[in-house]
This record gives sequence, structure tokens and C-alpha cells, in this order.
Amino acid sequence: MELLAFGKTGWGDELFYATLMTIAVSVTAMFIGFFFALIFTPLKLSKFKFLNFIGNFYTTVIRGVPELLVIYLFFFGGSGAIMYVASIFGYFEYIEINAFITGSVAIGIISGAYSTEVFRGAIQSIDKGQFEAAKVLGINKFTQFYKIILPQMLRLAIPNLSNVWQITLKDTSLISVTGLVEIMRQSYIAAGSTRDPLFFYSFAAILYLMLTYISMKIINRLEIKYNRGY
Amino acid sequence: MDFELMFTSFPKLLGATLVTIKLLSASLFFGLIIGLLFAILRLNKNIFVNKFAYGYSYLFRGTPLLVQIFIIYFGLGQIEYLRSTFLWVILKEPYWCAIIAFTLNTGAYTSEILRSAFQTIKPGIIEAGKSLGIPNKIIFYKIQIPIAIRQSLPAYGNEIILMMKGTSLASTVTLMDLTGVAKYIISTTFKPIEVFIVAGGIYLFMTFIIHNFIKYLEKKYSFSQ
Repeated sequence: MELLAFGKTGWGDELFYATLMTIAVSVTAMFIGFFFALIFTPLKLSKFKFLNFIGNFYTTVIRGVPELLVIYLFFFGGSGAIMYVASIFGYFEYIEINAFITGSVAIGIISGAYSTEVFRGAIQSIDKGQFEAAKVLGINKFTQFYKIILPQMLRLAIPNLSNVWQITLKDTSLISVTGLVEIMRQSYIAAGSTRDPLFFYSFAAILYLMLTYISMKIINRLEIKYNRGY
Repeated sequence: MDFELMFTSFPKLLGATLVTIKLLSASLFFGLIIGLLFAILRLNKNIFVNKFAYGYSYLFRGTPLLVQIFIIYFGLGQIEYLRSTFLWVILKEPYWCAIIAFTLNTGAYTSEILRSAFQTIKPGIIEAGKSLGIPNKIIFYKIQIPIAIRQSLPAYGNEIILMMKGTSLASTVTLMDLTGVAKYIISTTFKPIEVFIVAGGIYLFMTFIIHNFIKYLEKKYSFSQ
């Protein structure tokens, strides 16, 4: 227990902040994922073959390639790409991107591919009559999506989105390879300096279990809330 | 685009793919056995056996695979007692540690897939078997297991693809699998995009083969022929 003391003698406060970092990265990544999903879901459902192809390409590639490889691409390629864009605008200094941003974007793009599939499935399972009724009433496409389709879709999507959240939460452990100090990285540092890897990695496992348990409880509540009236 | 690098790195990456395939097939094989065992334990009526199997699957599904590998590779070596037993011969090799971690991980997911498959079998089918005087054991092996396998094929196909992606974590414990070699080439040449295209292409090709193989099996074993 001494090892977990707060302050200078133990690793308690470091691990606490690392846990907050894991939560911050997961939430950011999840929102970036929603953003990507909102772009790519319409593409996947589109009537145009080309747009369809772009949507399918995104989800197939991201879901078929290991997360770690995607993270390496962003870690090694991220600042290079930004510097290339900057050089077009005449800026040639070295630009380093923050590990938090690289990590969140990499995990966000991965989580977005899963969210896209979930949204697509949810929209497709909404009764066709809903779309037709909206059309007949003269509601424009924008309002139709936000006021009629989205609320119905969310109810159907929540169980699957909770899976995506669990995947995203666990994937954040992989960005420890980029040096961002989240649970895994902090345990690695602590294990290295105390020579007690068994304790710290087991503790990391407990922290992750706690996070997944708490998020499951919260999601269950949301599910009940959105299932009112059914 | 550095096409020359793509051509020169392709054979190296292809060689590393062999390591990935070995890791994948070994962990899937052992994982299926463990998964089936724990699925049967989950269906047991004894509450302790049941809870034990549930705890196993909860533990391994609730934590990242990376933590599991690190505990087995870095953590277990710390126990003095283990170092003196014959187990140490296995546990000091990163290759076997990775396989153990992958096996336990995929075993947990497989047990859940199989359990839900067993539970969706219609009771009428088992009752029909009983009324024909077939012994319980044979009902289980000849009726329940084949139906459960057919039911769980789509979900198990996803699990195979997830596990294939999971084997990339072997690179974190010094194994030179496809991702490990890709990372090595990226860090020596600083050309991430080219290497990503080649390595990602190989992974996608494997995903494609697995996906189609499962589809073929599904068709072959579908009920409505």
C-alpha cells in the first residue's frame, strides 16, 4: 500500500492523474469519432456509388488494420503531415504536435469507424414510413434528420455505442507507446523505477476494470432513459 | 511517395507476417478449447462454477490486452517461486507469453460467443432428442455443439479478425511480428505512410481472406439448404 501513497513517497497521485488522462483521451476520442461518424454515415447510405465507396473504404481499412499500426502512422507521420501543409503556406520551422492530440485523433478515427457502422445499422432499422411521413409533411431534410431520425436512432444505437465506448476506452492503453502519460504509461514508469511490475500492472488492470464497470452503470441508466415509452 | 522503399520493405514485412500468422493460429486454437470449456462452465447450475467462469470472462474482457500481456511478460517473472519451476522455461520467452495472453483473451470472448449460442438453441430441439431416447451426452455432442457452432460463426469471424489485430501487440514485448517490423522500418526511414500502406495492405488482405472463409463456412452449414 505504501507504493500507492499520495505525495512524493508513492505513486497514488500520479496514477490518479493518469486515470483522469485516460478518461479525457477516451471522451475526446469518442467525440472525434462521432464527428467522423456523422460525416461518413451519410456517405455509406448515399445513393452515389463514389460516395459509397469512400464511406466503405474508411470503415473497411480502419476496422481491418491493427490499432497499433494506425497509432504509429499518426505518431511518426502526424507532425510530418502538418509540417508539409505548413510549408505550402511558407512556414518551415519544426512543428511538434502534442501527444494528447495525436493520440485522441488516432483513437478517434478508429472509434469513428465503429460508430459509423453502429449509426448505419440504427438508421437502416428505422421504419421507412418515418422518412415518408416526414417527406409528406414537407419537413426539410435537415429537420427530418435531427428531429425525427436522430432521436429514434439513438435509442437503437445506445447498446452498440456502449460497446464502441468500451473498445475506445481499452484502445487508449495503446497510445502509451507515444509517451502520453495515461494509466498504462504511468504504470510502466512506476514499474520501472520500483522494479515491481506485477503490482503496478495488476493495479492498472483494476483501474481499467473500474472504469469499464462505472461506464456500464451509467450507460444502463441512459438506456432506461431512452427506452421510456417502449 | 517512395515506391522503392515500398518494394524493398515488402519481402521483409511478408516474412514478419509469418510470425503474425503463427501467433494468431496458436492462440485461436488454444483459445477455442478454453472458450468452449468456460462456455460449458457458464451453463453449469452450480453458482460457484458459474461465477468463476463469469469472473474470468469479465476480467479479460474488461481490461486492455496490453495490460494482460504486460502482466504475464513483465509481472510473472517477478515471482521467485515461478522462476524455479519448469514453467519458467515457457514464461521467459516473449513468444510464449504473447501466446498465453492472446489465448486467455480470445478464450474469454469465445466463451461469451459460445454461451449465447448455446442459450439460443430452441429447447424443442433438445426435447425432440430426448423423446427419441438419445442419451444426454450424445445430444450435447451431436446436436447442441453443431448448432451452437453454426449460430456463433458470424460472431466468431469477428473475433478472429479482432484477434488478428490483437497480435500486433506482440511487438510491444520485443517480438518482430508484422507491426513490429513495420515500426522498425518506419523509425529507421521516417517514411510512415509508405510502410503503413504496405503493412496495412497485408493486414487487409488477411482480413479479406478470413471474412470470405467465414462466409463460405456460414453458407456451407446454413440450415436452409
